Amino acid sequence: MISIQSVAHSYQNATQQLSFKDWQINDGEQWLLLGESGSGKTTLLHILTGILKPKQGEVKISDTSIYQLSSKKLDQFRSRNIGIIFQRPHLIKSLTIAENLLLAQSFAQLPENHERIDEVLKSLDIIHKKNAYPKELSQGQLQRVSIARAVINKPALLIADEPTSSLDDKNAAAVLQLLMQQSGLNQATLVVATHDKRVKDAFTHTYDLA
Amino acid sequence: MSPLKISWKSLISKPLSSGLNIMLIAFGTGILTILLLASTQIEDKLNNNSKDIDLVVGAKGSPLQLILSSIYYIDFPTGNIPLKEANELSHNPFVKRATPLALGDNYNGVRIVGTDSNYISLYGLKVQSGKFWSADLEATIGTTVAKEQKLKVGDTFFGAHGLTNNSDVHKAHAYKVVGILAPQGNVTDNLILTNVASVWKMHEPEDEHKPGEAHEEHHESTEISNREITSLLIQYRSPMSVAMFPRMVNQMTSLQSASPAMESTRLFSLIGVGVDTLQWFAVLIMLIAAISVFVNLYNSLKERNYDLAIMRTLGASRTKLFMIVILEGLVLTIVGTLIGVGLGHLALQLIGHYQESSQAKLTGLIFIPAETYLLLAGLGIGIFASIIPALQAYRSNISKILAKN
Repeated sequence: MISIQSVAHSYQNATQQLSFKDWQINDGEQWLLLGESGSGKTTLLHILTGILKPKQGEVKISDTSIYQLSSKKLDQFRSRNIGIIFQRPHLIKSLTIAENLLLAQSFAQLPENHERIDEVLKSLDIIHKKNAYPKELSQGQLQRVSIARAVINKPALLIADEPTSSLDDKNAAAVLQLLMQQSGLNQATLVVATHDKRVKDAFTHTYDLA
Repeated sequence: MSPLKISWKSLISKPLSSGLNIMLIAFGTGILTILLLASTQIEDKLNNNSKDIDLVVGAKGSPLQLILSSIYYIDFPTGNIPLKEANELSHNPFVKRATPLALGDNYNGVRIVGTDSNYISLYGLKVQSGKFWSADLEATIGTTVAKEQKLKVGDTFFGAHGLTNNSDVHKAHAYKVVGILAPQGNVTDNLILTNVASVWKMHEPEDEHKPGEAHEEHHESTEISNREITSLLIQYRSPMSVAMFPRMVNQMTSLQSASPAMESTRLFSLIGVGVDTLQWFAVLIMLIAAISVFVNLYNSLKERNYDLAIMRTLGASRTKLFMIVILEGLVLTIVGTLIGVGLGHLALQLIGHYQESSQAKLTGLIFIPAETYLLLAGLGIGIFASIIPALQAYRSNISKILAKN
């Protein structure tokens, strides 16, 4: 279960304070985080994923108040419990696809598990690119690898930031499909942040920033 | 996926700039290695060979030439001195030990030295097999000579006139090898030792030269005739002699004296300017290499900001990112330094291989403790060049970097 309580944040040189209404997400639910650009969507996502400490309020993931953790503990908690998919894939260019996934495992201080890598790549249908470097893959394939990287450690929470905004209708639908399928497969709670109206209909739960 | 592997993969993904940095560092380290090895070896050789010799007395001429010919066996002798005068000096109260040298012949470029048993104690010689020379035409040879000329105890060979070539062989008398010296690590490894009388015998009137045959000009002047020797190696009886004896030799006799210590210092100060210049040149290259590594890391960090932020979201701690960047700098400089040290040794070995003089031969196969300082310098440059980028990676605000996209 994930919850945020009376969270507010303000940036150093901004006059205005962003405050977010309380939010409770039960295990396995799939949520849409809706908001125009500039509405604080990215800020809230960063707060949820533990990379931006809010000025006030509490964030709990699986009963852990994440900002009570030390910086090092938080890094480790994030690596095991939260999978993040960014708008653009951003894989490490000097590493192969398989090594990019190995990296996620080793940063989480989990044992290297090649079977798990094969399993995830197979379910996303890019196992044939396992030993290729990121520059040899198309944008759609890269996005699938970044989903693979997010779910490799079976996180409790899967967060996607504008995963469809740079894709055409067909690919956007496919990626959304994959996200929902993967969150189901890995029993992860899914939060998709977007301003993309095409995505709306797929979700029953919506957290609207407006 | 250790930080080292991540750094390594990142480096080999940009072979050009990594290669350039490694080359710069290797070049700088290479020059420093050559300078270090060569000057140590030369200094060692100089010191080793003149260890117990306080003064050399020979014919008038250049004192440096006298030292070079009588101690290092690399230049031509200044001429000959009458045995009578030499004997008088030997019995001077200032002198503890005087060793006569009679030079002028060679075998395949190896110098034949006529001397007496004082020479054995002067250099602390030991035989590996056989015995020391005693009768005329008996020779004891240095260990390198035995190896390179394939001579063993019982073999005979003909000496040739002059110091460098075989054109004028003394066919009348053959030397017989009676012993081989144990390795001494000094100039005696490359010499053939015999008694003074043998050298005289070679040049007796009934030798094989046809009447009227002309010798080359400088050979003529160095030719040993009866009752003459080339020089005397002097050991003082007391430190007091330093002040008195050289002046006495130079003023009272037709001979000249030269101090190995003084002449070596003079020689070194002549070479020293060149060595210093090269040294600064190498240091400059190292500095440029350090800046180049820094710029390379700094620029790549700008590109990789996002990569590093992603690594943070994947759970890498700040310290880990710091390590990854530092290791990149270190791997570059350490690989560069190792290649440089290797190249330095290789280059010196090649130089030694093409050197003509066997006495001052340089080798690249010797490793000296001071080279670890080069490795430490490499480490230092690596840390110096990567500390700022690494600190930046450590301090980076991932939320800000990720939000910018």
